[in-house]
Amino acid sequence: MKALILRDLRLAIRAGGGFGLGLAFFLIVIVLVPFGVGPEAAVLRRIAPGILWVAALLAALLSLDRIFALDHEDGSLPLLATAPLPLESVALAKAIAHWITTGLPLTLAAPGLGFLLNLSPAAYPWLFGGLALGTPALSLIGTFGAALTVGLRRGGLLLSLLVLPLYVPILIFGAEAARRGGDGLEATVPLVFLGGIALGTLALMPFAAALVLRINLR
Amino acid sequence: MGLVVLGLAVARGGIPVLDGLSFSVPTGSALILRGPNGIGKTTLLRTLAGLQPPLAGTVTGADEDAAYASHADGVKAPLSVTENLAFWAEVYGRNLPQDVFAAFDLEALRDRAAGTLSSGQTRRLGLARLGVIGRSVLFLDEPTNSLDAFSVRLFADWLRDRHLAAGGIAVIATHIDLGIDAPILELSPYVAAPDASGGSDEAFL
Repeated sequence: MKALILRDLRLAIRAGGGFGLGLAFFLIVIVLVPFGVGPEAAVLRRIAPGILWVAALLAALLSLDRIFALDHEDGSLPLLATAPLPLESVALAKAIAHWITTGLPLTLAAPGLGFLLNLSPAAYPWLFGGLALGTPALSLIGTFGAALTVGLRRGGLLLSLLVLPLYVPILIFGAEAARRGGDGLEATVPLVFLGGIALGTLALMPFAAALVLRINLR
Repeated sequence: MGLVVLGLAVARGGIPVLDGLSFSVPTGSALILRGPNGIGKTTLLRTLAGLQPPLAGTVTGADEDAAYASHADGVKAPLSVTENLAFWAEVYGRNLPQDVFAAFDLEALRDRAAGTLSSGQTRRLGLARLGVIGRSVLFLDEPTNSLDAFSVRLFADWLRDRHLAAGGIAVIATHIDLGIDAPILELSPYVAAPDASGGSDEAFL
């Protein structure tokens, strides 16, 4: 499993890999929003948690279809399926590699970009904590979606439609935690919900992804 | 104990293609599958390798020791030749044997990115994976595609002297003569009747 994670990370940072794609998208959206809504500090402060979360979610979505598509194209997927590594571990390794290349950089960059949106200082720890809990769930759910659409040409649209409804609770709780934190209110409850979602997806999604991969490989 | 197949029926896309296949391959020997395009050689190999369930029949002696090599090589273009092989060695929990480079004539290409190899060289890299993973039952789908005569002989030598001589088994779908002393199974007599039962939509009708 470690071998697969390391291989995917190596592929991501070599030429033509997807590393930085999500982060660049995130950066562009956050930089453009103040131009779009105007420079009023009060307005930006109110919408900052929501914008940061929506941008992070779409940035994670952007690279989902690459999770299995590349391995499917070059024929590695059936070879991995017949390897001693169970498909559940393959799915988990893919999700971890996706998180390290997209979710982790987003989480680390978000506080810096929150500054551009005049995010309330009290919201920073809640934004960071929320993304740290929420982005692994985004990658895990996305891996399941990618496994569902692996054999389809141009499966990206279907993938987005399948995955986005499952992302909604993460968005609601994540943005709510940052908003309440920024307003000086008690914000642990949405964060706990976010943690629950993350653990639930960690427990279920590798098995669901492996199941649909087996069906797709037939 | 070898590979034993009894009354196997396989389907592609829900349509039965081969029916009533029974054969056995003792350890240390190979079996060549022959048949016209579309008869179901790939489907049969995928079923034997456990990638898809059979419609009927049993396959014994394969599951834990089997390895499958498809038309595609599963080679990652941005990684070097050594990195590609080292990855598979690690997935199978083995050390990368150094003699595999010589056996597949990859010695000079060790540090080249796989994306810069010719299709024949890529194929040799794909086949070298079989020498790395150390599985005893190989299911090979057109292994000699895009190989020149020299490379075909190189591969046949490896198969005969390293794999089969060590008690391995190989089931090979190929159209050319590999120069291996192996029985040939002609698949034409086993074509499934078009209306044979077992279609995928049966449950809905």
